[in-house]
Amino acid sequence: MSKPVPTEPAVAVDGLVMRYGDKVAVDGLSLTVDRQTITAVLGPNGAGKTTTLETCEGYRAPQQGTVRVLGLDPVRDRSDLLPRIGVMLQGGGAWSGVRAMEMLRHVARLHAHPLDTEALAERLGLGDCGRTPYRRLSGGQQQRLGLAMAVVGRPEIVFVDEPTAGMDPQARRATWELLEELRHDGVTVVLTTHYMDEAERLADRIHIIDHGRLIASGTPLELTRGGSDTRTATIRLVVTRPFPSGTPDSLRSTLGSETEVTQLDELSLVLSGPADASTLAKISGWCDANGVLPESLSLGQRNLEDVFLELTGRELTP
Amino acid sequence: MSLDQQGTFTPMPGAAPFHRMVAAQAAMEARLMLRNGEQLLLAVVIPVIVLIGGVEGAHRMGKTFAHPAVDVFTPGVLALAVMSTAFTSLAIMTGFERRYGVIKRLGSSPLPRAGLLAGKVGALLLVEVLQLVVISIVALALGWDPDVDPLGAVLAFLLGTAAFASLGLLVAGVLRAEATLAAANLVYLLLLAGGAVVLPPSSYGAFGSVVQWLPSGALGDAMRQAFIDGRTSWLDLAVLLVWAVAGTFMTSRTFTWE
Repeated sequence: MSKPVPTEPAVAVDGLVMRYGDKVAVDGLSLTVDRQTITAVLGPNGAGKTTTLETCEGYRAPQQGTVRVLGLDPVRDRSDLLPRIGVMLQGGGAWSGVRAMEMLRHVARLHAHPLDTEALAERLGLGDCGRTPYRRLSGGQQQRLGLAMAVVGRPEIVFVDEPTAGMDPQARRATWELLEELRHDGVTVVLTTHYMDEAERLADRIHIIDHGRLIASGTPLELTRGGSDTRTATIRLVVTRPFPSGTPDSLRSTLGSETEVTQLDELSLVLSGPADASTLAKISGWCDANGVLPESLSLGQRNLEDVFLELTGRELTP
Repeated sequence: MSLDQQGTFTPMPGAAPFHRMVAAQAAMEARLMLRNGEQLLLAVVIPVIVLIGGVEGAHRMGKTFAHPAVDVFTPGVLALAVMSTAFTSLAIMTGFERRYGVIKRLGSSPLPRAGLLAGKVGALLLVEVLQLVVISIVALALGWDPDVDPLGAVLAFLLGTAAFASLGLLVAGVLRAEATLAAANLVYLLLLAGGAVVLPPSSYGAFGSVVQWLPSGALGDAMRQAFIDGRTSWLDLAVLLVWAVAGTFMTSRTFTWE
């Protein structure tokens, strides 16, 4: 049985404004989420990510603007929408004395066609703690149970708020793989995160928000390329003996004005600009001419952390 | 698309039928109430101790009533059991559900608010039936010989539950979880001592004419009339109804789910 995928976006937020007292949490935000994609809403703590998500989940009515999820109004059409979405809250959401599997089975019973709870728990590494009361689960286990509760009802769209915060690397990878499988199976995933590696690895599309506003949108590649066709890279040069004085200027005149040079300390510096063979050749030529012996010369793609820094002048993760 | 192309997570959303969601919620909440040591103490242990202590104490002190002591105490203890579950346990549980985000979590599940409320009522009734069975067994062992009016007894149970549950939710909706815990226990103790639950209002002297209008006094009297005299006490049931309506009204005005 094949159903055509509806063309309207899974989520459409238009001109959303949300205030708490005097504080503006969301300030005229507009964004869309395409169906069957993973979309990351990336931003520092306090950027308005959770408030935006909770408006999509129907917890809060928009003070200005409109929000549509699967074409429905999350407040007005709440009872139609709720069975079709899965929600992972940032924390809590279970009785302190309830056992992990008991909680998952309970949420499953509220749905018409739930997943097999045992298999899902096994998949998320919750097999060993099924009889453990919620309050005794580790932070990572509580997170994974939260994710299991979000997907057990076989929703069309899942909203996951900071899904891997506090997880160990192994649990993080398992969570990422699960989210990728959800997309593969046709589920739309909306996640908030302040980890740029998470957004870069998972997302088809990233919306970067800051102070409640959308400051950039695009695929990870579009964002890190900065819109131009030239491949921009970060080159890190570490040498064995201190650089001669005037190194940044001398390097800049060798490489041309497109390249930014930032000296980090007397033995290392970072170059940001077009990355091609000729740039690398010029750098080694400059080293040779200045009697500098490179210890390492590493080339890295410009990442989202750099993008956020350029857009806001601040670090994404303090 | 063939079936083997369907993945594990291929969407197939839908809410379970309303009655199944309510049954699941009621069973879950009843289980959690009975698993919690303090709640079990309130629900079963204290009423049984009050019953045995009351009957034994009256016997030793030579205090007599118009009926055997066990016949006088048992309906009051049943009223106490209703009060402990519908008021104290419900308030504490709901207070912590708000605090731990359980109500928020369920708020994004297919279970509507009405279903959550119905589930809570179902859980209360399940626990109360269990209390009724345990207390009756102990009372019968002590020689209880009730003259039951089934209508009066059922109405006293239901209206008493409604009145106390609406007041319990009022407390849980207004106060923080810790304050709810303290207030719900304090009110329980005050009503146990001075609320004419276990002993008839006439035992309180002049104060009796006040406490008979409290939900505790009205429920205690409705139970006593239903189990001692075999009568339906319409006045007490009306008092409980007024409390239930007032409590529901105030709760609907003040309660927030988060």
